[in-house]
Amino acid sequence: MKKIKFTLNNKEVEVNLSPGMRLLDVLRDHFHLTGTKEGCGEGECGACSVLINGRVTNSCCVPLGNVQGKSVMTIEGYTKTKRYEILKEAFHFEGGSQCGICTPGMILAAESLLSLNPHPTEQEIRIGLSGNLCRCTGYNMIIKAVQLAAKLGEGLW
Amino acid sequence: MVKHIIPNTLLETLEALNSSSYHIMAGGTDLMIQKRNSAGTVPKFSKNVLYIANLKELDFIRFDEKTCLSHIGAATKLEDIHTHEKVPPLLKDIIGDIGGPGIRHSGTLGGNIANASPAGDGLVGLYLLDAEIKITSLNDERIIPIKKFIKGVRFVDLKDNEIITEIIIPSCPFTNYKWVKVGGRKADSISKVSFAGLYKINNGLVEDIRFAFGSVATTVARNVELENSLKNKSIPAIIDELPRILEECDKIIAPISDQRSNKEYRRKVALNIVENFIKELKEF
Amino acid sequence: MFDKNKSTIKIDHDEKCSGQALYTSDIVLDDMVYAKTLRSKHAKAKIISIYIPTLPEEYYIIDYHDILNENYVKMIFTDWPVFAQNEVNHIGEPILLVVGPKKEEIDRILEQIVVNYEVKEAVFDFSNSKIQRGFKKGNILLAQNETAFTFKETFNTGYQEQAYIEPQGMIAYLDEDKVTIIGSMQCPYYIKNAVINTLGYPSDKVRVIQPTVGGAFGGKEEFPSITACQLAVAAVKVKKPIKMIYEREEDMLVTTKRHPSTITLEAFVNKDKQVIGLKANVALDAGAYLGLSGVVLARALLAVTNAYTIPNLDVSGDVFITNTVPNGAFRGFGSPQMIFAIEMFMHHLAKDLNLDPFGFRLKHLVKQGDLTSTSGVYRDPIIMDKMIQKAAEISNYHAKIEQFAKENTFKGIGMSWFLHGCGFTGDGESKQIKSKVRLVKDENDLVYLYIAAVEMGQGAKTILKKIVADVLDVENDQVIFDNPDTDFVPDSGPTVASRTTMIVGGLLARAAEKLKATWQKGQYQEVFEKYEQPKYIKWDEEKLHGDAYPAYSWGVNVVEVEVSPITYETKVVGVWSVYDVGKAIDERMVIGQADGGIAQGIAYGYLEYMVHENGVLKQKNMTDYIIPTSVDVAKTETIIYDNPFPFGPYGAKGVGELTLVGGAPAVALAIENAIKKKVNRIPATPEYIMELVKK
Repeated sequence: MKKIKFTLNNKEVEVNLSPGMRLLDVLRDHFHLTGTKEGCGEGECGACSVLINGRVTNSCCVPLGNVQGKSVMTIEGYTKTKRYEILKEAFHFEGGSQCGICTPGMILAAESLLSLNPHPTEQEIRIGLSGNLCRCTGYNMIIKAVQLAAKLGEGLW
Repeated sequence: MVKHIIPNTLLETLEALNSSSYHIMAGGTDLMIQKRNSAGTVPKFSKNVLYIANLKELDFIRFDEKTCLSHIGAATKLEDIHTHEKVPPLLKDIIGDIGGPGIRHSGTLGGNIANASPAGDGLVGLYLLDAEIKITSLNDERIIPIKKFIKGVRFVDLKDNEIITEIIIPSCPFTNYKWVKVGGRKADSISKVSFAGLYKINNGLVEDIRFAFGSVATTVARNVELENSLKNKSIPAIIDELPRILEECDKIIAPISDQRSNKEYRRKVALNIVENFIKELKEF
Repeated sequence: MFDKNKSTIKIDHDEKCSGQALYTSDIVLDDMVYAKTLRSKHAKAKIISIYIPTLPEEYYIIDYHDILNENYVKMIFTDWPVFAQNEVNHIGEPILLVVGPKKEEIDRILEQIVVNYEVKEAVFDFSNSKIQRGFKKGNILLAQNETAFTFKETFNTGYQEQAYIEPQGMIAYLDEDKVTIIGSMQCPYYIKNAVINTLGYPSDKVRVIQPTVGGAFGGKEEFPSITACQLAVAAVKVKKPIKMIYEREEDMLVTTKRHPSTITLEAFVNKDKQVIGLKANVALDAGAYLGLSGVVLARALLAVTNAYTIPNLDVSGDVFITNTVPNGAFRGFGSPQMIFAIEMFMHHLAKDLNLDPFGFRLKHLVKQGDLTSTSGVYRDPIIMDKMIQKAAEISNYHAKIEQFAKENTFKGIGMSWFLHGCGFTGDGESKQIKSKVRLVKDENDLVYLYIAAVEMGQGAKTILKKIVADVLDVENDQVIFDNPDTDFVPDSGPTVASRTTMIVGGLLARAAEKLKATWQKGQYQEVFEKYEQPKYIKWDEEKLHGDAYPAYSWGVNVVEVEVSPITYETKVVGVWSVYDVGKAIDERMVIGQADGGIAQGIAYGYLEYMVHENGVLKQKNMTDYIIPTSVDVAKTETIIYDNPFPFGPYGAKGVGELTLVGGAPAVALAIENAIKKKVNRIPATPEYIMELVKK
């Protein structure tokens, strides 16, 4: 079998694993990138969100074979960006994180949303985050955090 | 031992399909869940797997001005279709209601069709728009209407050596359209009942009217004869025929009770929606 | 000194945003192996035999034979086995574990194991009562004699699944002859005590460490004790670190949920249209084992009159055993069922009396000095009238009620009033829990909090640190609160029952005062503090008589909805809340609890639907068990009133559960206001609303 090559957090990587493996398992077990979480394993909760070519994607239903030649960004890679700092501060300020298990995915969903739509309306934020379940916050503080990030990060997205 | 092939071109894909039987892996959002195994282990594939998500030749949206046909590549991501200006607005709306953003960024229209779920939202729009499916094999190509392609629950007219390559959608001028998705919640849910309807009014008469239901039968429920019987009538005349319309709709739906809803609700709501659709027909 | 009310940065924020926080499933130990559970396929059966294939090297079966001491999970009762022994009582009951290094191989072994059952008739109805509780207040017979009008109604509530986003997970390993447990939990000492009971080890040979916890809501109160006991015996046998992480479906199918209930209320009303007596009966479905169900029942009964004073009561209830998954702790703990029932009941009763429900309820509202349901005294000031007024004002409640009554637009608004008893029931804190806290100051004058309280998202770390820093008048980062490790922290009690801020925070404040008084710069110092019950609390646990709680938190929720007359779906369009939590130690943290709590409470009332069919749960994953997304929740407006409780730190009372218990009645009242039919059941799903509208 051919090795699968892709970009992971801006580095070229090559793995010799079954293309059928869930990207989630590859990230967690092979690369030890445990910021990507498994919440439901069926594309429903978004805890396993990663960016593939900049778009938020549920890594639990992405087979490794599908990321051949793509750019995968996990929360560990994203934390090295200015945009992350803005989102983190905004989540701080608004209290957008409680138990934290959804937070990395939520931040990546926010990144994906803001990169396509730097000035989203409240409803657009709600839709942009609708694939990421949070059981602690009732979402309002997260929505406010994304609104704040859009303001603080003006020009970054 | 299951073989995994990641072809670089459509030709390689077709050659592979010609030589052996494969699970065709598009976005993975259905197949990976259906075949899922314990976390940390490879899904339980019973056949070889062919990964087509990244085939550029299957990732496109084109509108042909001459034929007024929209062409959508089978591996085009749902979100790209949802946000594309040339896609019929009804289909854009429907696709925007499938899953969450993460699912729409990897799920594909071809996958939504091949999965042939009774609750597949995309199918409702495609039936209504009289979409056609282009199916390609190494030595052949055929185009068939979607309603012929879908043969039952998770059962489609696709041979082992074939693959869906394209969805062709005739443009359909309309005065108004309606999409109603009744899911367990307002986003990221599977339909309990869905409905799509559209109509075109010309000189006070209904020139075209179409409506179809999802999730209330083994596949999309649409009654073209009923639609035809309403054409070239005025809106009040059609509203007068509501009892007959409801009766006819009632015949084409056969909802079930399951973990998401019950058949009484599905039937009642399906009929309520079509009743409301008819009552809300208007000239502009 | 900083303002106690001002919000501070949540101290675990950075590591949670960056994904660096380690949850149980993120932890990898050298030479670690995995475990998976073989479960019962029948609701009730005798196990005749179990065929086990020849195991490859390094693979093990762990079952009841491996239990070193007692084969039950130590909670209150002794009926809940660690592993099924000869019989199974619900589908999904654990029979054995397969342990080994490769997950694929474990799955293969599990597929080959054959259990021969003798299937028995299972019980799913309310016929097998195992616990009966009850109490009386005043004299119900006298009330009956003065009755001009009686009114009786029955209410039903369904399951609710905690649906924490981090599924259950546990790790156990041997450190020489000591068993160490790491896992997703709320109560390190519950686990420690349960493991001691299963292994028969002395206390110093069992250690429990809490990593980051990804949500709990009660679901990680008693359940993790089971997996910890299982893995503890496995670790002793296998002598390697063992990890067991539940996947979502397993978690949903086999872990505890909120008890389904049937509640019947009968009011005795005098000629002045005042409720002078209430008879109440509560039936709780415990599932296959009792677990904490007796306490859940008691707390449901205690909430019978909610925020109303009714002089004569006859209250009773049963815990029924059925052959279904055991139910257990869930934020609110019996109260959400009862508060739903009584709030609906008071409205329905008023309507039957041709009275305006708002004024009718106001006439019955609790005042300071009134007797509680259990004839204790509401000692502290009650500001509910002010809170109700505020809630009505910010939600424009009265105008909307008037408007919606005139129109037929399927719009509705509902307002619930409620209280929540803080901390353990009665003298539970002093008799059962006996909390201890420890503060250590090192030579660098850094102060360490040694307590067993678990941060599970609610902000315990931030708030408790803040209290200590504030009392000591030092900077926040001079105080350190690491996750509990039972080798270092005394038992400050479980992280449950809205007790952490009020009880543990109170102890820490006193310990900090002691430390401050004796502070010696640059010296190692250690102080302890233990719980002492306020002198005024008199409680008879047997009779459920006296002061059931040291304090009460209060709340008002208003929910506005639009119901579709076509699809019968409910859209929540507005949520307004006013709370009295004594004193908000950190306002943002309280609002965070309020937003999340009411989202769960409202969803309990109209969205979250789970049923079983012959013991098989039908909604077993996140696709079919519906919790709200960001699109489903409405904007909330929350107002926190100060009403300091003299025994709480800075006046603080409980927060966590309070914010959930009023959501279901508020949304159910809004739905009935919209459809103009009585709602007697939650969740009020579109399917149920259709039935009501068609009536």
